[in-house]
Amino acid sequence: MKSDKNTAVISVIGKDRVGIIAGVSALLSENNININDISQTILNGIFTMIMLVDLKDNVIENSDITDKLNKLGEDLGVTITIQHTELFDRMHRI
Amino acid sequence: MITDFEVLETMKMFNEQHLDIRTITMGISLMDCAASSVEESCDKIYDKICRYAGKLVETGEAISKKYGVPIIHKRISVTPISIVAAACDTSDYTPFAKTLDKAAKACGVNFVGGFSALVHKGYTNADMKLINSIPEALASTEFVCSSVNLASTRTGINMDAVADMGRIIKKTADLTADRDALGCAKLVVFANAPEDNPFMAGAFLGPGEPECVINVGISGPGVVKHALESVKGADLGTVAETIKKAAFKITRVGELVAREASERLHVPFGIIDLSLAPTPAVGDSVARLLEEFGLETCGTWGTTAALAMLNDAVKKGGIMASSYVGGLSGAFIPVSEDEGMIAAAASGSLRLEKLEAMTCVCSVGLDMIAIPGDTTAETISGIIADEMALGTFNNKTTAVRLIPVPGKTVGDEVQFGGLLGYAPIMDVNKASCADFIHRGGRIPAPIHSMRN
Repeated sequence: MKSDKNTAVISVIGKDRVGIIAGVSALLSENNININDISQTILNGIFTMIMLVDLKDNVIENSDITDKLNKLGEDLGVTITIQHTELFDRMHRI
Repeated sequence: MITDFEVLETMKMFNEQHLDIRTITMGISLMDCAASSVEESCDKIYDKICRYAGKLVETGEAISKKYGVPIIHKRISVTPISIVAAACDTSDYTPFAKTLDKAAKACGVNFVGGFSALVHKGYTNADMKLINSIPEALASTEFVCSSVNLASTRTGINMDAVADMGRIIKKTADLTADRDALGCAKLVVFANAPEDNPFMAGAFLGPGEPECVINVGISGPGVVKHALESVKGADLGTVAETIKKAAFKITRVGELVAREASERLHVPFGIIDLSLAPTPAVGDSVARLLEEFGLETCGTWGTTAALAMLNDAVKKGGIMASSYVGGLSGAFIPVSEDEGMIAAAASGSLRLEKLEAMTCVCSVGLDMIAIPGDTTAETISGIIADEMALGTFNNKTTAVRLIPVPGKTVGDEVQFGGLLGYAPIMDVNKASCADFIHRGGRIPAPIHSMRN
């Protein structure tokens, strides 16, 4: 996944079921957040999806998108987090 | 390019292994708040703290949201009040503590440190007044933390102050007896106190520090423990390497948060404190991390060696991740704030003497240890003197935060609540050291302080 300054990583982990990708994508679409890249695997029955999304207008801080994703995570029985990409660059790159 | 593995590893660190930024601490100089009247000085202090730190909490929360990184505490440290209040014509400095308390409440921070005095070589009149005001100040405030530096490698140990602090700790315990001596949990004495420490109760902004500064304390014993679980049975070189890598990642998170906070608040970035700070939560324990080295219980033989190696590897990994490292920087071993330490102390495996040995190789000292309420002031001073000697003669920071709980004795337990946790009352050697403490005077600086 290519990252730059105005992107965030959304990670979804949990038990696989119908409608996870649809649910997350729909929520992002409703909030006008563009998806740049998606990778999805099922490892030992655990559903794992990682999305790279565009960030406009500091959307993480200036909207309730984090709360909405958490709520959706609860409804779907998965854990969803959204974090600015810079965190990963700092932690995993010298 | 971010890999899926890295994303998942990061997510687990935050969600399962309790990685967090323990504190963003804003240091504020109060040098210009001195005045001849207490009211005027206190007004200046309140206004200045609110002006500088008014946006600290909301900034911390915004950064936390942006990166999905929990930032547990937002705190304030100030110039030692004994310096600020010296010009005032009063003998009671309690109003200054109440002002700090009020300012902390107004800013929404959960602690303000700096009701402090630096007396490692001797007392000024103001230092004496401050120390005598500590019990009342801590009993009548909620958020104020107090610290006193009693010794340094360059000056030796001020044994008069060591003797006084034994009495002050007892008096603080008595005045907060209804809250299990909670006042003592907010009072720490130091040897070689760092001037830029962001962690409470010992945070203050030293006289060599700038007008305002952001210092950040990181945490993450759970992350390091988890990393060690993946190298079970491997040799200690591999263990050191694994700890270094984990510490690097943790520190980078701290550095990112510190830089961003500094930018948003228009305040210079000071230091990252590379400390492994536990909480009473399961999975966030330094004791359990030491046990992961292969020890049945923390406190058994091998504990000091494991802690020494852990502390060193954390620094080596962290120092690569940030150019400005300071504060206490090392593993914390508070008893009441660490689930594994509590269990080890309760089982009898971890004793006060072993804890003292452990403080030779880590950053703090005898921290958050509940002792019987009938422990004499002289014995408390004796414990402090030993710890001060370890710091002074080994050229490192050491500290003592003891809680003599009135009416309780070995076998009892004391609850402080929240991050301060709970602790079993630990046994104390009862043989008297009173004649030694009553000698007073100053233990001369060690020979290796002569560096010039």
